[in-house]
Amino acid sequence: MLSYWRILTATFRQHTTYRTATLAGIFTNSMFGLIRASILLAAIHAAGGELNGYTALQAATYVWLGQALLAPIEAFGTREVAARVHQGDVAVDLLRPLSFLGLFFAQKLGRSSYYLLARGIPPMLIGALLTGLALPEDPLSYPLGVLTIALAITVAFLGDMLVNLAAFWILETRGLTVLYNSVMNLLSGFLIPILWFPPWLLAIARWTPFPSMVQTPIDVLSGRVGPASAIGLIGVQSAWILVLLLAAAVMLRAGARSLEVQGG
Amino acid sequence: MNQSPTPTRDPAVGERGPAVALTALRRDYTVHAKADGARRRTARVIRAVDDLTLHIERGEAVGFVGANGAGKSTTIKMMTGILQPTSGDVRVLGRSPVAERRQLAREIGVVFGQRSQLWWDLPLRDSFAILGAMHRLTERERRARLDRLVAGLDLSGFLDRPVRQLSLGQRMRGEVAAALLHSPQLVILDEPTIGLDMVSKEGLRRFLTEDRAERGTTLFLTTHDMSDVERLAERIVIVDGGAVAYDGALADLRESLGAPRELILDLASPREEPLRVPPGAQCAGIEAGGIRHRIRFSGADLTVPVLLASLSEQAEIADLSLAEPAIEDLVRRISAQER
Repeated sequence: MLSYWRILTATFRQHTTYRTATLAGIFTNSMFGLIRASILLAAIHAAGGELNGYTALQAATYVWLGQALLAPIEAFGTREVAARVHQGDVAVDLLRPLSFLGLFFAQKLGRSSYYLLARGIPPMLIGALLTGLALPEDPLSYPLGVLTIALAITVAFLGDMLVNLAAFWILETRGLTVLYNSVMNLLSGFLIPILWFPPWLLAIARWTPFPSMVQTPIDVLSGRVGPASAIGLIGVQSAWILVLLLAAAVMLRAGARSLEVQGG
Repeated sequence: MNQSPTPTRDPAVGERGPAVALTALRRDYTVHAKADGARRRTARVIRAVDDLTLHIERGEAVGFVGANGAGKSTTIKMMTGILQPTSGDVRVLGRSPVAERRQLAREIGVVFGQRSQLWWDLPLRDSFAILGAMHRLTERERRARLDRLVAGLDLSGFLDRPVRQLSLGQRMRGEVAAALLHSPQLVILDEPTIGLDMVSKEGLRRFLTEDRAERGTTLFLTTHDMSDVERLAERIVIVDGGAVAYDGALADLRESLGAPRELILDLASPREEPLRVPPGAQCAGIEAGGIRHRIRFSGADLTVPVLLASLSEQAEIADLSLAEPAIEDLVRRISAQER
């Protein structure tokens, strides 16, 4: 376990060195937050103060939480594993005396912890200052919210890993990444709350792991969902983690079997 | 993750038995290629390793050489468990590499000259901290071993620099230290000196020799540089077409091939008649109107200083260079002999 912890903290430290990237990220996150908040607020104003169960304050909170989670979840996908498979560097990863998924999950957690602090807190502060935030009534929502974030990061990691592991069989995964991330951004409830979807799309979304990545932590943290229902959502997240973990393990096993490390 | 590295408990995996045993090893790749004018891609099978058998005892140092595409890297990948053989048997330190990849990774150290196992954006020192944890070294073990590596590979000047800022030579020394940190029983070096200057190469070779002498490590090395083999290995295995074409001592190889080294002399003034050479050497050609003389000699019979002493008595030497038979050259001769 110590080695995974070391990797986690090393990745965290590594990301603290990318100061310019962090500042640029905070700036873009906040700008897009402003834009998204004003669009939603205008829509709610036009709808007469409430839209599908969202008041103006709740909608603004939804936007700022979404912006805060964007970086930790890595909603735009990663390409590292796919690139390492294609360049053959995956050989080095497979020669570590560690679990391959564990190795990358430790790195992901290190990265996400840094992103939560450096890229998650600023949009929340800006939101609190500019629009105000809807806070949960039950204090239990805070620890549950933190747990749902951790689980959301895990679900997102596994989904993204599946896309990356496709690199064992296909030469160019960029198209797949783009496709996956557009579906993910929509169905996870990042663009608009899934409750605003037409019923058929909402039904589809509920059968995918995507709402577990964004909608669930937002709902729990903002108190839209009380602690009792939060437990149910945590169960859903955990179930998805099991399913995706199994899928990733199967893919990795098959991939490593068929692996023909390129070059060198 | 809970099993501890206790290889000695299993008699098949302990200190007995060869370090590496490859038996009738074969690996095919399927290549999909489109022939000219064809509408569909056709699958073609390429045999990268073909019936390769090789035994390496514990403590041996083996240079594994061959031209590009001879099957060296494929063999290493099968030895380390990242590539499944098409047929045949692989045993490394008594283990089956693919099935026991992670356990094996604790007992071997691998350097891929073209890939890095260091953390790019972190100080070199941090990579050793992570690797120490990965290999479950105690803080004391890690510190003692690292001190040895830092001294032997002269790492102290750049331990605190991020890996991405290191020069190639510095990084390679870091890579070797990373592979040796857990004191592996078997060290596999794939092109460890590629792109290094003479000084870096020498430093690296000296340390690898010392460390091997201290710990009795088995060393398996692929290289394009014949002098790597000369300095590091006692035994040379040449692969050609995926199979072992020669296996024996390096000196014997040169002898059996009669593959001489070549001394190229540029004289201060032209001299048309050949230089008189001691036995074991012969004049191979005179060029540039008598300025350049090529002399072939066998490394086993004659040393360069003796040869030079004899030659410089006869003419003033302006410049000289020494050409080693290239690996490709030796391989070509080996295959020619076989046919």
